[in-house]
Amino acid sequence: MVEIEKVGMADLKICKAPNALTTLGLGSCVGICLWDTASGIGGLAHIMLPDSKKIKNNSNIYKFADTAIDELIKQMVIKGAPKSRLKAKIAGGAQMFAFQNQNEAMRVGTLNVEAVRKKLMKEGIPIIAQDTGGSHGRTIEFYPQTGKLVIRSIGQPEKTI
Amino acid sequence: MSRIDLNGENEEYFDVLKEIGNIGAGNATSALARMLGQKVVVHVPKVRLLDFKDVGGAIGGEEQIMAGIYLQVEGDVTGSMMFLLKKESASHLVSVLLDNPGRDEEEELSEMEISALKEIGNIIVSSYLNAIATLTNLKIYPSVPSLCVDMAGAILSVPAIEFGMMCDKLLLIETHFLDAVEGYLILVPDIDSYDKIFESIGV
Repeated sequence: MVEIEKVGMADLKICKAPNALTTLGLGSCVGICLWDTASGIGGLAHIMLPDSKKIKNNSNIYKFADTAIDELIKQMVIKGAPKSRLKAKIAGGAQMFAFQNQNEAMRVGTLNVEAVRKKLMKEGIPIIAQDTGGSHGRTIEFYPQTGKLVIRSIGQPEKTI
Repeated sequence: MSRIDLNGENEEYFDVLKEIGNIGAGNATSALARMLGQKVVVHVPKVRLLDFKDVGGAIGGEEQIMAGIYLQVEGDVTGSMMFLLKKESASHLVSVLLDNPGRDEEEELSEMEISALKEIGNIIVSSYLNAIATLTNLKIYPSVPSLCVDMAGAILSVPAIEFGMMCDKLLLIETHFLDAVEGYLILVPDIDSYDKIFESIGV
């Protein structure tokens, strides 16, 4: 019996295969999935904002790309997935609403994706696949056994990356 | 320091905000009912303080398809406001207003219908904010509306992220309305704007 655990906004969970992780209705947030095939350990972080250093009130480390990825790696290593074996898939970062004046808040989806990519590169974790941007929400299901990431959106066929 | 402590007890302030929401939503839903020529029932507003992890599912469930009309709020009070409609209600609303009674609910919104929904959102949100502006004597203006039809969780991530730039929880004033059309009016003032509202009415 495969258990699928839900990860909310500014939240992070770790699981062991064959169990899986899901996050529903990702908008401008980004879902970061890391896994290690050998140990079957997988983790999913659902971040809202790109950079903890640009924000005064940053006590929730799960909210930001930089601090959430640090924490995700840390927790996975504790569970027995060596950092050197981790791989990543990412999804989300849409711009849900279009406005004429593009202030930073409206471009946050793009900024989130950029920040996640930069941080993963810095940590030496390869991004195997990504489904980001656009103007639609996504529900994602992540299976650490194989690294399979299933993505569902409204009015589009389900895809697996 | 804000009057509202996101980690403490705020019942007294929340009661005031509920009353503010009531006044705004009463005005907004009577505008909606007049446009439709049908009855719209308004529930008592709720003031909700949510952990971000609970935001996605807070209104109708993360994956419920909804039409969201989003406006930024400017002036003395800043923040954002959202008019969220269940997909069927959005369809019903455009079918009545564009006099297209046989409209198929599943059909995607046309350019014309999107434009009509944005305009409705504009009228509804302006009615809401006008009532509050009159009460508080504050200047409150809505921006040009933007619309998206998608999963509720994805739509709600937008105001959550904005509020998340300043706080670790989301505080919002929500009114549920139903009957001819079912949906929600959600006002999310920036944390500093809550104080301005309280000051203006002497709380």
